[in-house]
Amino acid sequence: MISIKNLHASIEGKSILNGINLDIKPGEVHAIMGPNGAGKSTLSSVLAGRADYTVTAGEVNFMGKDLLELSPEDRAREGMFLAFQYPVEIPGVSSTNFLKTAINEKRKYHGQEPMEATDFLKFMRSKMEEMEMDKSLTSRSLNEGFSGGEKKRNEVFQMAMLEPKFCIMDETDSGLDIDALRLVSAGVNKLRNSERSFLVITHYQRLLDYIVPDFVHVLYKGRIVKSGDASLAKELEVKGYDWIKQEVEAAV
Amino acid sequence: MSQPEVGIIDQVVTQEYKYGFTTDIEMETAPMGLSEDTVRFISAKKNEPEWMLAWRLKAYKNWLTMEEPNWQNFPYPKINYQEIIFYAAPKQKIQLDSLDQVDPELLKTFEKLGISLQEQKRLTGVAVDAVFDSVSIATTFKEQLKEKGVIFCSISEAMHEHPELVKKYIGSVVPPTDNYFAALNSAVFSDGSFVYIPKGVRCPMELSTYFRINAENTGQFERTLIIADDDSYVSYLEGCTAPMRDEHQLHAAVVELVAHNNAEIKYSTVQNWYPGDKDGKGGIYNFVTKRGICEGTNAKISWTQVETGSAITWKYPSCILKGDNSTGEFFSVAVTNNAQIADTGTKMIHIGKNTKSRIVSKGISAGKSHNSYRGLVKINKKAEGARNYTQCDSMLIGDKCGAHTFPYIEVNNNTATLEHEASTSKIGEDQIFYCAQRGIGLEEAISLIVNGFCKEVLNQLPMEFAVEAQKLLAVSLEGSVG
Repeated sequence: MISIKNLHASIEGKSILNGINLDIKPGEVHAIMGPNGAGKSTLSSVLAGRADYTVTAGEVNFMGKDLLELSPEDRAREGMFLAFQYPVEIPGVSSTNFLKTAINEKRKYHGQEPMEATDFLKFMRSKMEEMEMDKSLTSRSLNEGFSGGEKKRNEVFQMAMLEPKFCIMDETDSGLDIDALRLVSAGVNKLRNSERSFLVITHYQRLLDYIVPDFVHVLYKGRIVKSGDASLAKELEVKGYDWIKQEVEAAV
Repeated sequence: MSQPEVGIIDQVVTQEYKYGFTTDIEMETAPMGLSEDTVRFISAKKNEPEWMLAWRLKAYKNWLTMEEPNWQNFPYPKINYQEIIFYAAPKQKIQLDSLDQVDPELLKTFEKLGISLQEQKRLTGVAVDAVFDSVSIATTFKEQLKEKGVIFCSISEAMHEHPELVKKYIGSVVPPTDNYFAALNSAVFSDGSFVYIPKGVRCPMELSTYFRINAENTGQFERTLIIADDDSYVSYLEGCTAPMRDEHQLHAAVVELVAHNNAEIKYSTVQNWYPGDKDGKGGIYNFVTKRGICEGTNAKISWTQVETGSAITWKYPSCILKGDNSTGEFFSVAVTNNAQIADTGTKMIHIGKNTKSRIVSKGISAGKSHNSYRGLVKINKKAEGARNYTQCDSMLIGDKCGAHTFPYIEVNNNTATLEHEASTSKIGEDQIFYCAQRGIGLEEAISLIVNGFCKEVLNQLPMEFAVEAQKLLAVSLEGSVG
């Protein structure tokens, strides 16, 4: 699905990612954990193509394409989806209109005709049922006045609508209470299948109780310093990050 | 990948103004410049009755004594009135009652602008008066309207066919002495539309006028007069475009609306005059006086404007709420890009009891443009129970543009209720990136965000034009960000 090799990135001359190597195969769920400032959110931003960051070295292959050569919108159209930590509000734009535009832009990119309005609405209704979304969502302005939980659920709903191949979840659990966390996780689990891959970025192990990963990686100072299975997350929960920091420092 | 330091919204290229072509046609023009002879020339060309000429000459003499206004929020452009041609008309004499006799070149021009004058090709439900430079070319669906008693024709024609109405109402809302440009218009106006809706009639279709400036060095001075008699309703829309020229051209129109008891006039404008190039060379000076009076009780006047063109837009479509329980509304979207300037807003003058007004203004500034909202809400002494709600929102795209708000409030009756809300926002790189991550490219994203911002106003436009207006907003802002 995606293969990241020796990825280095910086912002305003400050190096944040210092050689990331990561391979994700179709259907796999990888979790990235790490202390604050490790570069977790930078990794998601760089993969999605945010212009603030400069890639200084390395390569990323996304389903046979050179990801770093693609514009952010083309990465999305190729099937990459980022669930934002802080989804932005777009006043006056309904979710329906927003998603219809997004889907049709993607279709255009792939040389397909735009979706008929009635077909689109039918499709959206079925997805809303599947994801148990409230009907009022369709007419409300995108994320405007949404609670933290509503925003995150809406991100997952957009994921369901756009049917991506590779999803990055950037600290989706931040700011969620336990009920909202359960709802959001249930949504994500519905979207898991043998083709779709996930990169779940989180600070806390809690989320991984609900979205159980196949692999867990610890990011520290812009590098993956430890990898393991789901049990690594549990270990971190008990022991914190300090022992890993010490291991890394000792190895230097 | 090496993304440049500048934001992604810096990267778009400017699209050319789509309506910038010229029509090559033989014209008959007045000699350049303005004098009493010019006024007489225009009046004679139109074969006007004596009273009309006298009215014009009075306005002209008055204009000579007036000074150009100087309170606006932009440097006043020098206009040399001796270098303007005040009358230009296609040479072929047109029989107004037959479309077959219209020069095919002119029909083609309007086709190219998306305005078909062939009735069978028109969307049903919209009648059009097409004004080319100084004259009306054709008015469609006149016969069907006549059956209902609706008069829809050029004002030149109205002067001959319905002199009593023209005489009664012209200058009754915007007197020739009102302001510098209204005086100028009164002296030299050449054409425009005339609408009369008789008592109890709901006009069966949308009426619209399409204004086209074509000739070089000319000004367009049209005059529109709409009268809605008791218990009637009309929805009217005007659109305008002009070729791309290096010289500025002056457009100084006057629009007067009169709504009697229980009558409603809905007046919509989609203004897309040539805005000039990105450095501010050329473009139309759009200095217009628009005013309506709610003469009777329960009358309603509603202005909706989408202003995207012109080098300078300077106008305040206003309502005089004279009848008790009358209502005035103003919904505005003004978009300025590059070097454009807009100083626009409204005046709501509450005179009658329980009069209501609502103002919703959305200003979008991009490039190095300046966009000002200027509005007056005045509650007269006897206007018991008057209410006003004003909402002014500004959106900035990029960091070289400006948004300004000048709300004036005069309240002389303490039973009045006034509300004012204002906001300023910026299209952020965050919003753009969010859209991009969903597969929505830059142009689409800006269009989506801007249309969302203007939704309340766009919803006021007649269905047929709302879609056009949305596209226009997107085109006007292409290449806007920097």
